[in-house]
Amino acid sequence: MPGMTLTEKLLAHAAGRDGVRPGDFVTAKLSCVLANDMTAPIAIREFRKMGAERVFDRTKIALVADHSTPNKDILSATQTKTMRDFAREQDILHYYETEAGIEHILLPDKGIVLPGDCVIGADSHTCTYGALTAFSTGVGSSDCAAAMATGECWFRVPETLRFVFNGELQPWVGGKDLILFTIGQIGVDGALYRAMEFGGSAIHALEMAGRFTMCNMAIEAGGKNGVMPFDEKTKAYVDARATREYTVFEPDADADYAHVYEWNAGAIEPQVSAPFLPSNARGVSELKDVAIDQAVVGACTNGRIEDLRVAAGILKGRKVAKGVRCIIIPGTHDIHLRATREGLVETFLEAGAMVSTPTCGPCLGGHMGVLAAGERAVATTNRNFVGRMGHPESEVYLASPAVAAASAVCGRICSPEEL
Amino acid sequence: MAGHVHKYGDHVDTDVIIPARYLNTSDNAELAAHCMEDLDAEFITRVRPGDVIVAGVNFGCGSSREHAPIAIKECGVSCVIAKSFARIFYRNALNIGLPIVECAPLVDETEAGDEVEVDLAAGRARNLTKGTEYSFPPLVGPAAELVAAGGLVALVKARLPAG
Ligand code: SF4
Repeated sequence: MPGMTLTEKLLAHAAGRDGVRPGDFVTAKLSCVLANDMTAPIAIREFRKMGAERVFDRTKIALVADHSTPNKDILSATQTKTMRDFAREQDILHYYETEAGIEHILLPDKGIVLPGDCVIGADSHTCTYGALTAFSTGVGSSDCAAAMATGECWFRVPETLRFVFNGELQPWVGGKDLILFTIGQIGVDGALYRAMEFGGSAIHALEMAGRFTMCNMAIEAGGKNGVMPFDEKTKAYVDARATREYTVFEPDADADYAHVYEWNAGAIEPQVSAPFLPSNARGVSELKDVAIDQAVVGACTNGRIEDLRVAAGILKGRKVAKGVRCIIIPGTHDIHLRATREGLVETFLEAGAMVSTPTCGPCLGGHMGVLAAGERAVATTNRNFVGRMGHPESEVYLASPAVAAASAVCGRICSPEEL
Repeated sequence: MAGHVHKYGDHVDTDVIIPARYLNTSDNAELAAHCMEDLDAEFITRVRPGDVIVAGVNFGCGSSREHAPIAIKECGVSCVIAKSFARIFYRNALNIGLPIVECAPLVDETEAGDEVEVDLAAGRARNLTKGTEYSFPPLVGPAAELVAAGGLVALVKARLPAG
């Protein structure tokens, strides 16, 4: 039997098997099942229809109110209440509504997901936790309901694509740029039904924040999951948070990859993805005459403290351009508090930016920064589909916190180098 | 099942199938009323029970929202035929009992308004307007079990110990 990729090892482990091959069907035991205020209500409805009475394990379910919270209208408040009532009824350990934040930043930060875990969530960006060398993937509400009832989920073992980044990153280039570049190269279905395994010296050089950003956007290439190698940075992050044992896996040297891409990370400039697909990525220098109405720093891609520090570093002593709405959204309550203590919030406010409580908000065109027809935003979010941030005739350009903050100052898309 | 075709291109994402601004409800009829709104505002006035959506690659990409296949099914669409599907949409559709078929040649040779007939069990689709016929491979493994059971709710219900 040939060696296994990281994803094959993780799935074999979760399925209690010695080995698996791409194409195998497995039933995996789940370490955690996630849903949010938008997907949980349907999952709860289906859970009841299944005749289930109790969740399989109250400590292995995470319900996070983040999409429309603080509740933006009566319907949203009703949805959140449905989830809250269910959490109380089932005595769910990880229910987050206050002192909460965006699910995909919150779960790793709280130590709820650990290396070696197998996680599904009723949210497509559940693939974020691959940064912890875990298997995680998004599902719909029905799969989530079945998993809450049984603690299991079936998977078809995917083929793996390996992405190797070597070389030294240019200034202002980070995880966001590497993943936008990757999607630009392979397309929004370039990894359809497949696993994306990352490696190379430039990946090990990234802090955890950048690795989460990269795995987060695996879904934007159609990927089933994204996964990062375990190293001393993973260990330091996890050991500061873990309250249970975890298992470390690494890919076999003779693992069988469907394809290996190797890129020189040192040749990549800050990237921006133009509307209306994340794969419309190009160097920031090619888009620098595009005027903007709004700049957003936040979302599960880039709402971490490291991201806010980068944005604050650029906004410090500068002013947001007249007529531009610059909205900063810390990813979680803890990050908000840290940003306040570090003086970042003051820097943002002095620069003329607005700081919101943690929420998905504008990322999905929900609230806190919805676009009108003809308006254009540069955002650190992960999707720029038609109508994603508001009106179907509005536009979203995806970029890193550095480019978003610099663009807020310039009033048009620009590189921090230009300031 | 047979119906008229509504045709779309590649990468139809769940944000245009059902925009997030309508996701503050889980009411199926309300979701159906906004189906495809940001891609084709007329769709909802044209669609008739039994109609078929035909599209290119990566249909249903983007968010995990099960509201998307629910909206499509609820407005009467009998089947979605595409060159390929995004994987979460694929699972969701099977789970809720919205028939989906991967068949690239049919997509290439079918136009909006054509009448298409699909026989899932036989793995055969016919374009009645053009007089062409296509076959597609049957589902295998858990996907086939799901369809045979009538969706995920029924499947889990049968497996859970009676409470
Ligand atoms: S921040 Fe955006 S992409 Fe992330 S979970 Fe929220 S809505 Fe989804």
